[in-house]
Amino acid sequence: MVLFELEFMIIAIVLVVLMLVCFARILLGPTIPDRVVALDTINTLVIAFLVILGAAFNAIIYIDVAIVYALLSFVSTLFISNYLEAKA
Amino acid sequence: MIMLIIYILLAIGIIFQILGVLSLYRFPDVYTRLHGTAKCTTFGSIFIYLAVIVYGAWFAFSGNPEYAVLSIHTIIIMVLLLVTNPTGAHAIARAAYRSGIMPKGAVVDMLKTKDKVARK
Amino acid sequence: MTVLAIAFIFSFLFYLVLTAGSGKVLVWSIEEICFGIIFSILTAILVKKLWLSVGAKPDLRILNPKRWAFFLIYAIGPLFFEITKANFDVACRVITGKIRPGIVKISPGMKTDFGTMMVANSITLTPRTLAVDVDDKGNIYVHWIFVKIKEPRVEDICSSFPKWIKRIVE
Repeated sequence: MVLFELEFMIIAIVLVVLMLVCFARILLGPTIPDRVVALDTINTLVIAFLVILGAAFNAIIYIDVAIVYALLSFVSTLFISNYLEAKA
Repeated sequence: MIMLIIYILLAIGIIFQILGVLSLYRFPDVYTRLHGTAKCTTFGSIFIYLAVIVYGAWFAFSGNPEYAVLSIHTIIIMVLLLVTNPTGAHAIARAAYRSGIMPKGAVVDMLKTKDKVARK
Repeated sequence: MTVLAIAFIFSFLFYLVLTAGSGKVLVWSIEEICFGIIFSILTAILVKKLWLSVGAKPDLRILNPKRWAFFLIYAIGPLFFEITKANFDVACRVITGKIRPGIVKISPGMKTDFGTMMVANSITLTPRTLAVDVDDKGNIYVHWIFVKIKEPRVEDICSSFPKWIKRIVE
């Protein structure tokens, strides 16, 4: 019983387009913190994307992966900013 | 009825995600960009997760109890996001200030005077 | 010992929530419960080591259920209202591009680090403001996207949050 598959897939495609837009900011960004902000935004979008896919395919494993991804991306953001502070 | 609620939640969520990403291009420096991304993507994600939670709860109550797991895990990830996203934004802002990037066009900057006092 | 017990109970509860719906003993399977107990004991030992290496003292007041009830009311009521307001505000600013940024200092006067952290996180999610730095005395430096007053009071930045958070953590 899968309803809403089309709607969830449309949302997922929009999220992928938004990720590409953020990736352009990573390439353009004049300073390093700009790039880190774009990377953080991509992490948030990836988590939402995984949750949407989990609902669309009715696969709980996608959401478990999203939980681990959220924690790891948070730790990686903290480490990058710690490194920037120590370098200054 | 519930389908309509899910459509509205998904629409609000995706609109705020789009605004959050647009703020990366509309604002001039790191701090204002962080305003946009930290708030709008958190809010948009919360609404997308609420749509998934309503979807899972709806199927769970109409006779498929395995869908309840979907809702529970999505609630966990929503709480995690509410705690981690502002903390990450705060860490990036502090790192940006300490690595010497000044807010562009600032009217008042009290952090600068604090640094001077600390150096003396 | 209290740290060990609390860490064990909370990690075991978290494991149970994550694996709900796997079997027949209530809603869990026996294998999941056994692995949950083993991993929770390991996590508790690691947490104990971490606490000892930092030299922190456990603050048991947070276990009071009244504080959890206050936290729920706070999260659903004033905090969610302010988050909604903040998002419409930022949305307008993204479209019109009208900004007047600056960094100001406020002293909410929280006694514990945890309270300062909660105030800073609430500030980041509320209208026009973003916490940038914290000093030793608990003063928070706030990036304000539209500066109205150069030396604001606490109420100008975060309406009634410090009162709520004092009720929750102190």
